[in-house]
Amino acid sequence: MASITIQGDDRARGIRRPSALTGFKSWFTTVDHKKIGLMYGVTAFVFFIVGGLEALLIRSQLAQPDSTVLNAAQYNEVFTMHGLTMIFLFVMPMSAAFFNYLIPLMIGARDVAFPRINAFSYWLFLFGGLFLYSSWFLGGAPNGGWFGYAPNSTTDPTSGMTFYALGLLLTGIASTAGAVNLAVTVINMRAPGMSFFRLPVFVWMGLVTQLLLVFSLPIITVGLFELLFDRRWGTHFFDPTAGADPILWQHLFWLFGHPEVYILILPAFGIFSEVLPVFSRKPLFGYQFVVFSGIAIGFIGFGVWAHHMFAAGLGPVANTAFGISTAIIAIPTGVKIFNWMATMYRGDLRFTAAMLFSVGGVAMFVIGGLSGVTHAIVPADYQQTDTYYIVAHFHYVLFGGAIFGLFSAAYYWWPKVFGRLLSERLGKVHFWIMIIGFNLTFGPMHILGLQGMIRREYTYPESLGLTFWNQVATLGAFLIAVSILVFIANVVKTKMQHRPLETNDPWDARTLEWMTASPPPAYNFDEIPTVHSLDEFWHRKYAEDKNGKLVPVQAGAADHETGPPSRAIHLPSPSYWPLVAAFGLPIMAYGVIYSWWLVGLGVAVTLVGVYGWALEPSVAE
Amino acid sequence: MADIQIDRGEGTEEHGSAHAGHPSAREYVRIFFILGAITAVEVAIYYIRDEMGGWFLPVLFFLMGSKFVIVVLWYMHLKFDDRRYSRFFIMGIAGAATLYLVVLISLNVFAS
Amino acid sequence: MADVATTVAHDEHETTTGLPHTKLAMWLFLSSECLLFGALITTYVLYRNASVEGPFPADVFDIGYTSVSSFVLLASSLTMVLALAAAQKRDFMRMRLWLLATAMFGLTFVGGQVYEFTAFYREGLAINTNLFGTTFFVLTGFHGVHVTVGILMLLSLTGMSFADRLPDDPAFPVEMVGLYWHFVDIVWIIIFTVVYLIPTAPGAK
Repeated sequence: MASITIQGDDRARGIRRPSALTGFKSWFTTVDHKKIGLMYGVTAFVFFIVGGLEALLIRSQLAQPDSTVLNAAQYNEVFTMHGLTMIFLFVMPMSAAFFNYLIPLMIGARDVAFPRINAFSYWLFLFGGLFLYSSWFLGGAPNGGWFGYAPNSTTDPTSGMTFYALGLLLTGIASTAGAVNLAVTVINMRAPGMSFFRLPVFVWMGLVTQLLLVFSLPIITVGLFELLFDRRWGTHFFDPTAGADPILWQHLFWLFGHPEVYILILPAFGIFSEVLPVFSRKPLFGYQFVVFSGIAIGFIGFGVWAHHMFAAGLGPVANTAFGISTAIIAIPTGVKIFNWMATMYRGDLRFTAAMLFSVGGVAMFVIGGLSGVTHAIVPADYQQTDTYYIVAHFHYVLFGGAIFGLFSAAYYWWPKVFGRLLSERLGKVHFWIMIIGFNLTFGPMHILGLQGMIRREYTYPESLGLTFWNQVATLGAFLIAVSILVFIANVVKTKMQHRPLETNDPWDARTLEWMTASPPPAYNFDEIPTVHSLDEFWHRKYAEDKNGKLVPVQAGAADHETGPPSRAIHLPSPSYWPLVAAFGLPIMAYGVIYSWWLVGLGVAVTLVGVYGWALEPSVAE
Repeated sequence: MADIQIDRGEGTEEHGSAHAGHPSAREYVRIFFILGAITAVEVAIYYIRDEMGGWFLPVLFFLMGSKFVIVVLWYMHLKFDDRRYSRFFIMGIAGAATLYLVVLISLNVFAS
Repeated sequence: MADVATTVAHDEHETTTGLPHTKLAMWLFLSSECLLFGALITTYVLYRNASVEGPFPADVFDIGYTSVSSFVLLASSLTMVLALAAAQKRDFMRMRLWLLATAMFGLTFVGGQVYEFTAFYREGLAINTNLFGTTFFVLTGFHGVHVTVGILMLLSLTGMSFADRLPDDPAFPVEMVGLYWHFVDIVWIIIFTVVYLIPTAPGAK
């Protein structure tokens, strides 16, 4: 067994730095990217269930006209929290879970660039989510929609939107810290020989996602502060009576909000780009096109934000410009779709659960993308906006695209993380029930929208004739819930059966993370591999003969490493301080609402955390 | 001890900024006086802005921009450092300038 | 004559690009700050002529006073860069001196702002009085908080140097704090020009 030493500093003074790598308490002090990734994943999944329950409440209310399951005020809270939860507390952190766990492994590194910042960003995410949810018990949840349009959000007399502003500020700081960390990791910690154009597409999409976060989060940060100040201290940022223009909120929100949707989908694009080649036994078609189109999407994604404001009165020049840029962004997206299809064409296809979710994900995304293209045509969007047609669009791309992608990732990388496979049979049951339920839920919403059903409205009258498709949608939603239960049953069952893997590489995969043990040891690789090509692991396993047929390479670098390392590897030490530093921030947030003393306390706790962090006995990270 | 063998696969930059042309203390002080002088000019033209008419704003922005660039290039050392740092910073500055200019234009700030 | 000084980028491991993690991260962070302050400045510019009632900038601004403040902050950038030069020459006495001088200039600047703001307040301009008060105090307040955090870092560096708690190559953390400090200075360069020197036509909307 390799000796893993945590180096101590012989000038250690003050509180001794923790050293335990195992045990319950070690989770609170861990700086290991794999454990942090796991925590992100578990937390995000819990929020997914909560957000799903909120969805079921919405669908229960809308199943019948003039229903009384939820009153208007409650409905506003539920749909607001559903959106906030799914976007900020599920998809983003679940993507972070996969990026955190896999990026170092895929680039041949032992950890991330800033392990303690990594831990800090997880804890702050958790605290931010809990802070947001505490609003239910402290005067009511946010009720102004996830988009929080002013002046509704600034003038609402309940405290929910103050929790909205503060909660998103907390999670925003967490995401920014995490993004800087992962971006530097990808740029600066690649194994020897791993040039940018030998990176797996998942890593590339990860890098673009982190850069999108770094550049878009500050914009919403300012908007949220302005919203908070208007609510809490009587400023006039969005107050028309003082001469202000509430449209400023929309600009600031969507300048972030549009890159945000690419932040939500690019990880799934990365996942599709890994899963499809493995289960087609073919390399990704047009790797460079897929990479460049991802970069293009990131870039152009900053130029389309006002397509969320076509009906806000910006005028024909702005509308035309943004209509054009929005149409243009469909091009790089289309490029990816064709490359994925070409990857599968004439491949040796295996329809495992992971593959089904990826193929299904691409298909659902295409549907959502097509409705998206119809929104780009400004006069058409005038009809569609604020109707269920839009709800259909974004659920097809976000649920059908991003969430299907995340499930594909779960089935694909489960053996890597846990050392056992999920049941393929249950996985297929999950997939089929989910895709049927999903289409029953959101397909009819295209029709409902064009029939005039408005968004964000707690009920509708019988006379509008919307009842039938609403009932179908609600049925679909409950089917989705059943499919989730199947997934959970799969997780529990396979854990209890405890059938360990026969090989570290059950899928005969292509990328470096499959080279090491499943699950990987704390130090990831016995020896850091030297990379000679794209799909390095595949090329270590197979060569091609003169007819282009795959020929296994003689054993050597196949799927096992050579054994435990012969010398000590040092890893970054665990630390208490990231959690402490993070903990001060929600205290400050409560303080903003309730008492300056609390703000002071929060500042003190964070300062203690930061100084402890700076001064603790260090090891080379 | 630490024996994580990571060869420098690429980018054999030297650490930090040991390039020729690294300013001396005297040069830094000279730069400060230049910055001070530019500020003095800015304030001076503020007092004669009406006489300057349409020239006031462009000249003012030119002076402001010069100070900005001087601090970034010399005090923040970007003139001498690896190009990649500049790339990130330019992304931030150019991105901010473009996006916010579009917002201001669309909100008719520059319309008369 | 150029000093023979090197900033040794001190990361324990070799990095793929040869650039130190922290410096890369700092520049990435500063780029994101461009978008943060850009949004605040945009808000100010958007609302510059929009206040429905006074006090207006011309009623409260004292350009001479604020110019002095601006010189002080510029001087602090000079002392910052001199601190770094001293650190690179391993002249730690001078490094601490210049770091303290930078912190002092920073404190003077913040003190000057506090005085300025209380004067404005006494003249009837609060954060909730009108759009001018709102946008002015929030923009300069955010900047002031950034300066304060910078002062804390400068004093911490100085303290750690006295307590022999800086790494073997202290020039690197000094360089990092310096980058942050200069950035805060260039934001003020923009604010001083855009907010103070461009006159506002009261009630012109």
